[in-house]
Amino acid sequence: MHRVLGDRRAIAILLGPALLVYSLIMLIPMVWSLGYSFTEGNSIDGFTGNGVANFTRLLDDPAVRDSLWFTLKYAVVVTVGQVVAGYLLALLYVFFLRRASALIRTLVFFPVVLPTVAVGLLFQKLFQVAPQTGPVNALLNAVGIDSVDFFGSAGSAFWVLVGMDIWRSMGFYAVLLFAGLVDIPDEVLESARLDGATGLRLVRHIVLPLSLPVLMSSLIFSVNGTLKVFDSIVALTNGGPGNGTTPLTLYMFQTSFTYSEYGYGSTIALLLTVVCLLVSLVVYRVSRRDLTEG
Amino acid sequence: MSPRMPRARRARLPLFTAGAASLALLATACGGSGGGSSAAPKDFSYLSVTENTTVKTALGTLSKGACKAANDALPLKVETVPQASLDQKLQLLAGQNALPVQFAAGNAPALTQQLAKSGKVADLEKELKDLGVYLQLEPAAVSTIKALYGGKLEVLPYEYNIEGIFYNKKLFQDNGLTVPGTWAELESAAAKLEAKGIQPFSASGQQGWPLTRMISGYLYRSLGPYALQDVADGKAKLTDPEYVKAAEEIAALGEKGYFGKGVGSIDYDTAMNQFLTGKAAMFYMGSWALANIADDKQNKVGAENVGFMPFPAVSGGKGAIDQYPSNVGLGITLGAGSFDDRTGDWVSCIAKNYGTTALKDHGSISGFKVNTEVKDANAVTTQVRDTISTSKQNVLWFEALFSTKATTVSQTNAASLVAGSMSPQQFMRTVQDALAAR
Repeated sequence: MHRVLGDRRAIAILLGPALLVYSLIMLIPMVWSLGYSFTEGNSIDGFTGNGVANFTRLLDDPAVRDSLWFTLKYAVVVTVGQVVAGYLLALLYVFFLRRASALIRTLVFFPVVLPTVAVGLLFQKLFQVAPQTGPVNALLNAVGIDSVDFFGSAGSAFWVLVGMDIWRSMGFYAVLLFAGLVDIPDEVLESARLDGATGLRLVRHIVLPLSLPVLMSSLIFSVNGTLKVFDSIVALTNGGPGNGTTPLTLYMFQTSFTYSEYGYGSTIALLLTVVCLLVSLVVYRVSRRDLTEG
Repeated sequence: MSPRMPRARRARLPLFTAGAASLALLATACGGSGGGSSAAPKDFSYLSVTENTTVKTALGTLSKGACKAANDALPLKVETVPQASLDQKLQLLAGQNALPVQFAAGNAPALTQQLAKSGKVADLEKELKDLGVYLQLEPAAVSTIKALYGGKLEVLPYEYNIEGIFYNKKLFQDNGLTVPGTWAELESAAAKLEAKGIQPFSASGQQGWPLTRMISGYLYRSLGPYALQDVADGKAKLTDPEYVKAAEEIAALGEKGYFGKGVGSIDYDTAMNQFLTGKAAMFYMGSWALANIADDKQNKVGAENVGFMPFPAVSGGKGAIDQYPSNVGLGITLGAGSFDDRTGDWVSCIAKNYGTTALKDHGSISGFKVNTEVKDANAVTTQVRDTISTSKQNVLWFEALFSTKATTVSQTNAASLVAGSMSPQQFMRTVQDALAAR
């Protein structure tokens, strides 16, 4: 076996096909897209080079600033929401429900397997104000508050979106973190209890540090997912009202495929790539330090 | 192990090369060939939008009746996409040289012109003249198309519409209202209706254009028929105070709640439904809605209770009340590469028969001549047809001369304007900025 793996040609044959497919469907399109950043035009008109014009435009474009800000705001709020809700649920499973948690776990996990578009439509109907009053507004009316047009302003639409995405994915993070919590040895918890640590102190000093690695991986998962959010926003608000809930991904999509400015769209995609790269670097750096300490 | 290795490698190498070669082939196939494409079409494929049902049902009627022969040779096949995704679909299909035989050519004339410039759209004037059916088009429809598409006949007039405000005669009568002739009268009528608990207007904020049409309606009355041509020519800006005024007027209607609750979430069908079930008294719409008005299943208030009025005059304005916004509906055109004899048969059959079929069976007015006498379905259809035949000067709509981007920006922000989350100045500046980009 060693002789096979030591043979350069054998390595080439073993890695070649995977590398080829990866290059064809990942690397080449990425480089290609980078090339488009220096052009203008579209698939109908053809492409012409325009130097760094797209990049200067990127810096001046207020819509880019708005959607970058929205992306970051959304990523932070939803990541915190997902992980905190997931962690609380996991604690609930492990310390309160214990063996009886299977049913609750299944119920909370259920939204994860629902198609995003279905969830989007569900929330549209839940929060709608017209033509029929949705359940949420009906509830507000019942306690004497006037109906709110949740999708009429960017502020309220943002919170509906956040609520939907947290509801949709907290079950996933709960299961992920549950696995981490189950791994904490019973003896450690037992001895901490004997030393008088209960409730919050037990969580703060024993459970949290011991589940930090899995918490960090959840965070990385979550940040990466929320920075690239697309489908849930398209399904719920389609970026509206106006461009009030338009993240970079949707703005890039619209620029390329609706306004047929492929070059500028690629430039926005590049910005998104850089943002993802920076965030990943930060998260990795932080997580590595914490892991060695923990 | 070692003696077997070379043989294994020998066996795998061709396989590996074959795999790589086929992948490379796939990659080049995606690139497309550039020029004209798909010579002989297998069917009379027609790509349309989900929202537009008239053309596809009327074509269906023709395929079983007058155009049966053409349909037997080249069967009609309809595919629809939501209107909001049409432009993306066209871009992709055009890039792959996979445009259908006949297709809705984009939400904005700008995209159609782009397609035409790159040779994807058939030269319809020449083709129709060759087929000897050019004179089957109404001259008014031809001139509207040419005004929209830079002097060329780039789409077929499957519809010929004028726009105005449909109103519920019964609700007007019950509340002692007369047809408003001026903007001030319209506002006071709306106020009276609102006070009685009747929603004055129904409009789809999700579509956006029914709201921006009211802005352009006001602009054409206050600044005259060239108001938006001036913006396109750079002689005026949407941010000029007299233009912002129009947005302010429409926003004011929204602020008073005249469009009902949650206008941004109302889709096209819901808005239509609100009017046709008597929940709203007025409905700014094009004459294509006559098809819905004539349909007993949809129209619960009865066609006899629906009236049509022009957009009211603005006192002291430069425009006249008889200048109707006109259009040919969704531009529908034919691909250049797939236009063969059998397609030609279809087109000449459509040119000769569509006008009659659309009017007789679907109550819809097209820009094709009506070759057999048809009795109008109802009074409002007669009224609209008379208006069309007597109107002397037509105007376009708000986004007619905008780029695709400005069109999208205008239509997606319209709901925010009437919901009050965007000020009129902000709205006009956002649209103007989108116009100025590139």
